[in-house]
Amino acid sequence: MRALKCGTASGGKKCWTTNLLIRGGMLFFVGVFLALVLNLLQVQRNVTLFPPDVISSVFSSGWWVPPSCGFASAMIGVLYPCIDRRLGEPHKFKREWSSVMRCVAVFVGINHASAKVNFANNFQLSLTLAALSIGLWWTFDRSRSGFGLGVSFALLATVATQILVYNGVFQYTNPDFIYIRSWLPCIFFAGVITMGNIGRQLALYEYKFLQEKTHLE
Amino acid sequence: MSNRMTLREQLREKISAAFYRHGLLCASYPVPIILFTSASILTCCYPLLRLPLPGTGPVEFTTGVRDYSVPSHEPQGDLERPDWYHGPPVAYIQQVLVKAAVSPWDSSLVPVDVFRSPLGKVFSLLEEIRNHVHSDGSGVRSLETLCLQVTDLFPGLRRMQSVLPEHGCLLVSPGNYWQNQRDLFDSDSDLLRTIQKHEPKGLHTSATLRDLLFGVPGKYTGVSHYNRKRVVTYTITVVLSRYDAGFLSSLRSRLKQLHPSANCSLRDDHMVHIHFKEEIGIAELIPLVTTYIILFAYIYFSTRKIDMVRSKWGLALAAVVTVLSSLLMSVGLCTLFGLTPTLNGGEIFPYLVVVIGLENVLVLTKSVVSTPVDLEVKLRIAQGLSNESWSIMKNMATELCIILIGYFTLVPAIQEFCLFAVVGLVSDFFLQMFFFTTVLSIDIRRMELADLNRRLPAEAGLPPSKPGPLRTREAPPPPRPTPHTITLQTPAFRNLRLPKRLRVVYFLARTRLAQRIIMAGTVIWIGILVYTDPAGIRTYLAAQVSEQSPLGDPVGGGLTPHLAVAPVFRGGDPTSTLSIHPAPDPTPLPENQSQGHIAPAVPFPHLPSVPQITWGAEDEEGWRRLSFRHWPSLFSYYNITLAKKYISLLPVIPVTIHLSPQEAIDTRHPQDTRHPPPSIPKASADLQTDLTLYKVAALGLAAGVLLVLLLFCLYRVLCPRNYGRNGVAHGRRRRGDLPCDDYGYSPPVSEISPLLLRGHSMDIECLASDGMLLASCCLAGQIRVWDAQTGDCLTVIPKQGLRRCSSSGCWEQRDVWDTSAESECGCDPRDPSNGCDGMSEDDCYPLRRRSAPTRPPLFTDQPDLTPLIDTNFTSQPPSNVSTPPRGGFDFGGLVERAYKEHEPPSPSAYPSPSSASSSPPLATQLQRSPSLGDTSGLYNQERTSGAGTQSAADWESSVWAMELRGNLIAAGRSSGKLELWDAVEGSLRCSNEDGVSGITALAFLNNRIVAARLNGSLDFFTVDVHKPLGLLQYRGAPGRGSMPPSPCYSSEDMISCQLTRSVQCAHQKPITVLRAAAGRVVTGSQDHTVRVYRLEDSCCLFTLQGHSGGITAIYIDQTMVLASGGQDGAICLWDVLTGSRVSHVYGHRGDVTSLVCTTSCVISSGLDDLICIWDRSTGIKLYSIQQEVGCGASLGVISESLLVTGGQGCVSFWDLNFGDLLQTVYLSQSGDGQGVRQLLVLDNAAIVCDFGSELSLVYVPSVLEKLD
Repeated sequence: MRALKCGTASGGKKCWTTNLLIRGGMLFFVGVFLALVLNLLQVQRNVTLFPPDVISSVFSSGWWVPPSCGFASAMIGVLYPCIDRRLGEPHKFKREWSSVMRCVAVFVGINHASAKVNFANNFQLSLTLAALSIGLWWTFDRSRSGFGLGVSFALLATVATQILVYNGVFQYTNPDFIYIRSWLPCIFFAGVITMGNIGRQLALYEYKFLQEKTHLE
Repeated sequence: MSNRMTLREQLREKISAAFYRHGLLCASYPVPIILFTSASILTCCYPLLRLPLPGTGPVEFTTGVRDYSVPSHEPQGDLERPDWYHGPPVAYIQQVLVKAAVSPWDSSLVPVDVFRSPLGKVFSLLEEIRNHVHSDGSGVRSLETLCLQVTDLFPGLRRMQSVLPEHGCLLVSPGNYWQNQRDLFDSDSDLLRTIQKHEPKGLHTSATLRDLLFGVPGKYTGVSHYNRKRVVTYTITVVLSRYDAGFLSSLRSRLKQLHPSANCSLRDDHMVHIHFKEEIGIAELIPLVTTYIILFAYIYFSTRKIDMVRSKWGLALAAVVTVLSSLLMSVGLCTLFGLTPTLNGGEIFPYLVVVIGLENVLVLTKSVVSTPVDLEVKLRIAQGLSNESWSIMKNMATELCIILIGYFTLVPAIQEFCLFAVVGLVSDFFLQMFFFTTVLSIDIRRMELADLNRRLPAEAGLPPSKPGPLRTREAPPPPRPTPHTITLQTPAFRNLRLPKRLRVVYFLARTRLAQRIIMAGTVIWIGILVYTDPAGIRTYLAAQVSEQSPLGDPVGGGLTPHLAVAPVFRGGDPTSTLSIHPAPDPTPLPENQSQGHIAPAVPFPHLPSVPQITWGAEDEEGWRRLSFRHWPSLFSYYNITLAKKYISLLPVIPVTIHLSPQEAIDTRHPQDTRHPPPSIPKASADLQTDLTLYKVAALGLAAGVLLVLLLFCLYRVLCPRNYGRNGVAHGRRRRGDLPCDDYGYSPPVSEISPLLLRGHSMDIECLASDGMLLASCCLAGQIRVWDAQTGDCLTVIPKQGLRRCSSSGCWEQRDVWDTSAESECGCDPRDPSNGCDGMSEDDCYPLRRRSAPTRPPLFTDQPDLTPLIDTNFTSQPPSNVSTPPRGGFDFGGLVERAYKEHEPPSPSAYPSPSSASSSPPLATQLQRSPSLGDTSGLYNQERTSGAGTQSAADWESSVWAMELRGNLIAAGRSSGKLELWDAVEGSLRCSNEDGVSGITALAFLNNRIVAARLNGSLDFFTVDVHKPLGLLQYRGAPGRGSMPPSPCYSSEDMISCQLTRSVQCAHQKPITVLRAAAGRVVTGSQDHTVRVYRLEDSCCLFTLQGHSGGITAIYIDQTMVLASGGQDGAICLWDVLTGSRVSHVYGHRGDVTSLVCTTSCVISSGLDDLICIWDRSTGIKLYSIQQEVGCGASLGVISESLLVTGGQGCVSFWDLNFGDLLQTVYLSQSGDGQGVRQLLVLDNAAIVCDFGSELSLVYVPSVLEKLD
C-alpha cells in the first residue's frame, strides 16, 4: 500500500525518504520499548517485592535514557542496510521475521541472565556475556560488517557512558565501576546486532516493494 | 584431505540412509508410532505430578515452642519438614494482642471514650516492653539486643516516615500514629482523622498502614464511633531477629502479670513458620510478558512459513505441541533423576523454546513438501527426511556444542539451564523424528487424497473412485462441496488484503476466541486458586459467611462475647472452635451469657452496660485474618524481601485491660464531647468502604465510556470510509523466478499444461459453451465446435474450407470433411498475420471494432472487413478511452480508417472470400422458416449448396453473436439473420430472417432465443422441436450427460424457430448487453437504461434508470441478482423483484467492462484495467487488482472464492476472499502470449480463454482442497 502511494508520488526520492522515516520511527519505538523493559530488569536486581510505585521505577533512569536508546537504535537499524548496500554484499543469511524474533528473544535473555543470575565474580559474568554476544552474532548475523559495526558501536557507547558517569550525569545503583564497565560493552554489542537485524529485515520489505514495482514497470 | 572428505561423505550417506529408512517407517505405521510417542511423553511427564503447582500463596509449618531450636542450614531428609524449613528465619514475630474496654459503661460517656483511653494504654505497654530486661545466667538481655534493627525506609516511602520506625527496633503499634509519644496523643483532637489520614485513597487489596499498625484487620479493631461491643483490639508487633526463649517467656509472664486475662485460654505452645514464595510483581511481570510476546511472535512468524500442506493449522499445532511436550519431557526427566528445578520455570521457558526452536520442524515440512508430488507418500516423507538429514544433524551438533560450552561456565544457574536445554533438545529431536514426521505424513496423505479425487476424469461423471493403494483409514476423503477448490491457506496466516481491523474482527467472530480464552482462563484460574488457596480464600469465605449469618457469629469469628462465664471453659480444649461453641449448651448458663449470645442482634440501646472482653481460638492466630501480604509488605518497606524465605510467628501474648469510666473521662480531649452523637448508626467505616467501592465502580464506568468514545474517535479518524484503495499491483510472476523462500525451496510446480485449441485462422470473436461443448467463431466466420473435456475439434462449420474443397464434393464424408477442414486451416491463404497480429495489441484494437453492416454492396469489391468486426459486446477494448465520446453505434469513421489501413497492402493480397462467393439472395428465399415438410429438402439443399457456390446459410454477413445450448448453436448475424446449427453434425437446422437489423446479442434459454438488434428492437423466438420418434429433446442440465456426441436434438428432429414477439422499440438506442437468467431477460442499452423482461410472455417488467451513461455490463444469475455497469464507471445493484436500486457505487474511471457477482461480493472490471471487488451487502470496496493493459475485461469466477483473470499470455488465479494471487498459468510455451481477451468459465472448471486465434483450455490447477 505504501509502495503504491509512493509510486503515485512525484519520484523515488520522496518515496525513499518517507520509507526511511517510517523505518526510523519503528526502530525508535522498538528501541524505547526495549530500553524501558531492560531497565526494569536491571532495577529488579535490587527490588524484588512490590515497591508501592512500580510505574515510577519503570522510569527510574532519567527521562533521557529511553529516547537516546531509541535514537541510537534507529540510527543503527538504518545504518546496517545502508552499509550492506554500500559494501555491495547484501545480507543473505536467515532473512526472515522468525529469525529476527529469535534474535530479540536471545537479546532479552542475555539481559535477563545478566540481571538475574548470580555470578561468582565479575570476570565470569563479563566472559559469559561476551561469549553469548559473540554467539548471538554468529547465530543471526555472520557478516563482517555487522561485527565491525557492533564492536565500534559498543566501544563508542561504553566510552559515552563512562564519560557520563564520570561527569555525574548518570549513576549506577551499584557503585562498582569496574563491574559495570566490564559487562556493558557486551550488552551494547548484542543490542547493536539485534537492532541491525531488525533494521535489515525492515529494509528488506522496502527492497521487495521496490523490486516488485520495477518489475511491474 | 581426501580421506577426510570421504569420511564425511560416508557419514553423510549413512545419516541420509538412516533418515530415509526412518521416514519410510514413520509413514508406513503412523498410528502405532503416534501411540508410542504419546505414551513416552506421558511417561516422561509423570514425575511432574509430584511437583507443586505454581502459586504465590504462603506455606505454613507448625512446630512446638518448647523444643524449638533454630533449624540447621542443611536441608534434612525429614519428610515432615518442608524443604524450605532450614536455616534461621528472616525474623521472629511476637505479637502482643491487646483487648481493652471501659467498664462498666457509663451513660455519661461519649462514643469517643470507647477507644480513646484504651488506645492511650498502648504507650504504657510500649514502655513496659521496651524497658523489659531479662537477666539470667547467660547475661542481661533487653529488647534492643534481640529485635530486628531496621535502617532507612524504602526511598519511595517518604510519606510514611513519620509513622514507621526507622533506625532502630522494628516495633509497630497504633502508637506509631503519634510517634509513640503520649502527649501528642493527648493533644490530638480527632484520633480517627489521624488514623484515616494515612489510609490510601481508593480500593486496596494489600495490607494498608492501618492493618500494619493495628495488627488486626480494620473492622475488628473497634476503633470507631459506632463500636457496639465497646471493646478495642490492637496488637503491638515486635519483630525479633534472634530467638531467646528466656526473654520471651519473661516478657510474656510480665505482661500477663500486669494485665491478667482472666478468661484467656489461648494456647502458647505452637509457633508457626510461614514460607513465602516468590511474588511476581508488575516490575517482574513486564519483562516476562515481553519475553512471552516475543515468543509468540516467533512462533507466529515461524508457523507462517508452513505452506503447501493440507492443514496449516494442524501442522502448526503439531509443531507447537512438539516443542511444548519436549520441554515438559525434559523437566520430567530432570525431576526423575533428582535434578529439582530451582529456576523459575515461567521465566526460562521462553528462552528454552527459542533455543530449541521450531526451525527443524519447518525445515522438515519444507523438505517433504518440495519432493515430487507424484511420488508415493511414504517415499516422499523418506526422501524429504533424508534430504534434510545432514543439516538437521549438523544443527543439532552445533547446538549441543554451544550448550556444552555453556555448561562449563560453572555458573549454577547457567549450568542448570544448559542441562535442561540438552535434555530438551534431545527429547525435541525424538519428538520431531517420531511425532511430527508422522503427523506430516498423515497430512500429506490427506492432501494426496484430495488431489487424486480431483484429478479423476470429470467427464466420466463417475463418483471419485478409490484414490489408490495409499488410502488409509484415518484419512477418509473429505467432503467436496465443489469439484474445484484451490488451496486456501488458513486465513490467520495469510497476507490478507482485507482491512486489518476487519480481519481481526472476522477472526474473533469466527473463532469466538475471546470468549473461549476468557472462559478457559477463568476456569484455570479458579482451579489454581482453589488448589493452592494462596489468598486464603477459604478463610475469607468463612469469614464472609460468618459475618452474614443472621445470628452473628456462629463459628466464633469476630469478638462475640460468648465467653462471659469463661472460667467454666478453662479446662476445655481451645484449639477446636467446634468444641467451644457447643460447650455452653450443656452447662448451666448464667443469665448474661445467653444475653451475650443474643447481643449482636439486639438493637443499640439495649447493649450491655458492661463490655465483655473475650478470648477465642480465633485470637490465637489473629494474623490469619490479615492479608497474606501483610508481612511481606511490612518487610518490604525496609527493603527486606521475604520471597523464598520464611518468618516464624511466636504465640501471641494476650493482654486484657479494663478501664474505669473515670479514667476514660480523664483522658478525654476537650473536643471529644463536642462530637455529635451518632445520628445514623449505620454510617460507619463500613459505609465508607462501601462508598469508596462505589466511587471506584463509577470511575471505572466513566473510564470505560471514555475508552469506548476514544476508540470510536480513533476509528473515525484512522479509518475513513473509502479505505478500499486501489490495491497493490501484483507483479506477474515470470516463469523462471518462481518464489523461492528463505530455505531455497520453491513450491513444486504443479503440472498445469493448458490445452491449446488451434485451428482458427483469424482472431476468435465469439465463444459459447454449455459445459460439454464449446463453440468458437473467428473473424473469418468459421465456427468450430470443440469437446470441452478433451479439446478435440468435433465440427467445423466451414466457410472457406468448404468452398475450397468444393470441387471434390467431399460433403458426404464427414471424416473426410473434418480432415480436410483441419488440413485446410494450415494452408489457409489468409495469413493471420495480415490481420492485426503483427501489430501490438493496442494498435490492433481500433481496427477490430464493430463495424456496421451499412455497405453490403461493397462487400464484393472491398477488402474483407470481417477482421474488423468485434462482436464481443461485453468486453470493450481499453482504447475506448482514447476515442472521442460517440453517440450510438456509428462506426462509419472506423470502417473508413480500416479501409485506409487495408488499402495499401493491395487488395489483391486479399482474395476476398466474399467476392468469390458473391451472394445472390437466393438463400434468403429458401430459408423461410422450414416447416415439417421441407426439412429434409432443406437439409439436402444445404448439402448441395455447400458443394456449390452458395448455401442456405448466409455467408457474407458475419456472426455477431453466438449461443450454444444442447447441441444447437444459435448464431446471430450482422444481416439480422438467426441461424440454428447442429453443433455435432455441423448442419444448419433452421434459420430465421424476420429481422433486418443486425443481431448484436443473443440469449438462449430453455427453448427460447432472445435476440437484440442493432436498431434497439428485441425479438423473442421460440424453438419448436418436432420429434418424429417422440424422443426427449433436451438432455437436462449440462454437465450431467456423458459424451458430447450424444445428440439431444437428434438429426431426425425437425426444428423450427419462430418469432413469437418482437419488441420494436425496446430501447431508444442500440442494445449493448443482453442477459437472461431465472426467467428474466435483461437488456442494457446505450440509452442509459436497463430493462427487465419476462421470458415467457416477453412482457417488460421494469425500466431501470440510474446510470448516467450507456450500459456496458450486466450480470444476472439464477438467484435474481442483477448488477449493471455503465460507461460512467458506475455499478448499480438492483432488486429484480421490485425494480429498486439497492446500491450504487462509482468504481472505475471509464467503462465498466465486466461484472460478476458471488454470494458475498461483486467483481467488476473496467477500462482502467482494474478489477475491483466489492462487498455486495455494503457496497464497500474490499480491494482491487491491477490488470495488465488490455486484459481488464477477462475475468471469471470459478467458485465462491476463486477468481480467474487473464493477462498477457497467461491466466491468474486469485483467492477472492483475500486477494491473494494463487497461481499464474502460462498459456503458450514461448511466453510471449497475447493478451487474454475473453475468458469463459465452464462447468467442469476448465477455462477457455481466447487469445489471438488460439483457444486455450485450462483445467483449474492442481487443486488442493482445504476445508477449515
